[in-house]
Amino acid sequence: MGEEVPASLVASLKAQALEIRRDIVRMTYAAGSGHPGGSLSVTDLLTALVFHELRIDPNRPDWPDRDRLVLSKGHAAPALYAALAERGYFPREELLTLRQLGSRLQGHVDRGKLPMIEASTGCLGQGIGIAVGMALDARVAGRGNRVYAVLGDGECQEGSTWEALMAAGHYRLSNLVVVLDRNGIETDGPTESIMGIEPVAEKFRAFRLRPIEIDGHDFPAILGALADARAHPDGPTAIVARTVKGKGVSFMEGQHSFHGKAPSKAEAERALVELGTRLEAPFP
Amino acid sequence: MTDGRKPESLRDAYGRTLVELGAKDPRLVVLDADLSGSTRTVLFGQKFPDRFFNVGVMEDTMMTIAAGFALEGRTAFASTFAVFAAGQAYNFVRQSICYNRAPVKIVATHGGLLVGPDGGTHQMVEDIGLMRGLPGMTVIVPADAPTTRAATFAVAERPGPAYVRLTRENLPTVTDGTFTLGRAAELRAGTDLTIVAVGALVARALEVAEELGKVGVATRVLDFASVKPFDEPALLRAARDTGAILVLEEHSVLTGVGALVAATTSENYPVPVRRVGVPDVFGESGEAWALLDRYGMSAERIRDEAWELLELRGKVQ
Repeated sequence: MGEEVPASLVASLKAQALEIRRDIVRMTYAAGSGHPGGSLSVTDLLTALVFHELRIDPNRPDWPDRDRLVLSKGHAAPALYAALAERGYFPREELLTLRQLGSRLQGHVDRGKLPMIEASTGCLGQGIGIAVGMALDARVAGRGNRVYAVLGDGECQEGSTWEALMAAGHYRLSNLVVVLDRNGIETDGPTESIMGIEPVAEKFRAFRLRPIEIDGHDFPAILGALADARAHPDGPTAIVARTVKGKGVSFMEGQHSFHGKAPSKAEAERALVELGTRLEAPFP
Repeated sequence: MTDGRKPESLRDAYGRTLVELGAKDPRLVVLDADLSGSTRTVLFGQKFPDRFFNVGVMEDTMMTIAAGFALEGRTAFASTFAVFAAGQAYNFVRQSICYNRAPVKIVATHGGLLVGPDGGTHQMVEDIGLMRGLPGMTVIVPADAPTTRAATFAVAERPGPAYVRLTRENLPTVTDGTFTLGRAAELRAGTDLTIVAVGALVARALEVAEELGKVGVATRVLDFASVKPFDEPALLRAARDTGAILVLEEHSVLTGVGALVAATTSENYPVPVRRVGVPDVFGESGEAWALLDRYGMSAERIRDEAWELLELRGKVQ
């Protein structure tokens, strides 16, 4: 780390993340269901990836050398959809079709439906294994692309998550970065009171991933950790990003009740006022 | 190449075919979960170590890693025992492979009761039903080594996921090895009765048909190795031509090929159907072939069912 991150870059990423958060509230409100809490917590991480770190090109979604992003916590679909739409992969207006019959925006991300969705996920503990396979593929093929897997912390209770991490460490996949959205809350409550995953950084280390612990809402820290991972040639890196569930909407922050529940109209209006906009006239 | 009597290993046929395929397709990868000696993927691993991944005892993640390779455009074969491939890893096969339409070819060995002494925990008799129910999945149950070879080629060429169920025991060669996906093979002609069989029980079907032939009953034997896609026209022709169908499978009768045959005929051309297979129970340890007799798949039982069907159709008194 230690590299200077230009203030202008941080400002532009912050502005982008704010737009994504607004979209998440609008989308889940319009859908009447969905997962706003874990979408808002992962927003800054996905913003940093999609708008800065990933070598991708919206004009060439099938570019073989693109970096791969696997959203293993597939329920954070609204955050990824908003990021991809704003990055130019599909029309932003389509965001409001989330979860509707016939929409490309499935409740959990679906590879067959949209560009840049590298893997369909949703049932937890699977995307991380697909990411390991993709990283192995890049190595066998001699391609230089990198693979980023975004994990949820509830997902770290799945045994298969640790199988995949064991494989990542065993194969010393230096082209793989695991980003853990450590928001501390799962569907029924705090992870540590339901089935504790701590000390999670030590667990990653024991599985031969190099952990980096950061504040997952601090852009210079996120970019620094990603750059650090890129520079590390000996094996996979795990970025443990401490985040806040529902980040940016006061009454959702730290609340497990908004893990898998959409805001009501009044809640959506209040949330959007907090995010500096209004429910009407969604896309400026 | 074979006299048709000497039983051959389906697993060896699979391993050898993988080596052939690996030479033809330099992008093909093979995964195993610590059973490569038993599944015979070891043959591929010795020849192409850079494209062979033995991931250890993690069947779930073998499926997701294989999906990762397949989503990158490779043909990926993944092998382990049927109980792990279809049972343990079911939802991984469902989401990461089938929902993703990833061209992973699962070749599961040790299907059915013929696992023998390992016992009920390892005798997978529900896999055909589980795998057949998955949208987009191809399901093949070869009856012999030549069909195994042909089926391995067929799934490698066909886009999308596939499940091939192999038997641990060596089996006599009963086909000419010209397997076609979606086509049943008529191994014996007949108009009095049809026996539909898959896997190890195809040989038994032919034995019973031979005996029936000696007393003047002409039995058609259809090898339905291609369980999905399923040769509905061949089945309905058999229903029309013979008026009765006996199904033999080393699988639960609740969800197997017998259930499929019964449903398909009753919707299209109802005729009496009898299902011979594993009843609604788990297996137990024992000598492999003795287990088939114990669990209702003896030649005697098959004969009895055949005669009852013939009586039902008024073909015998």
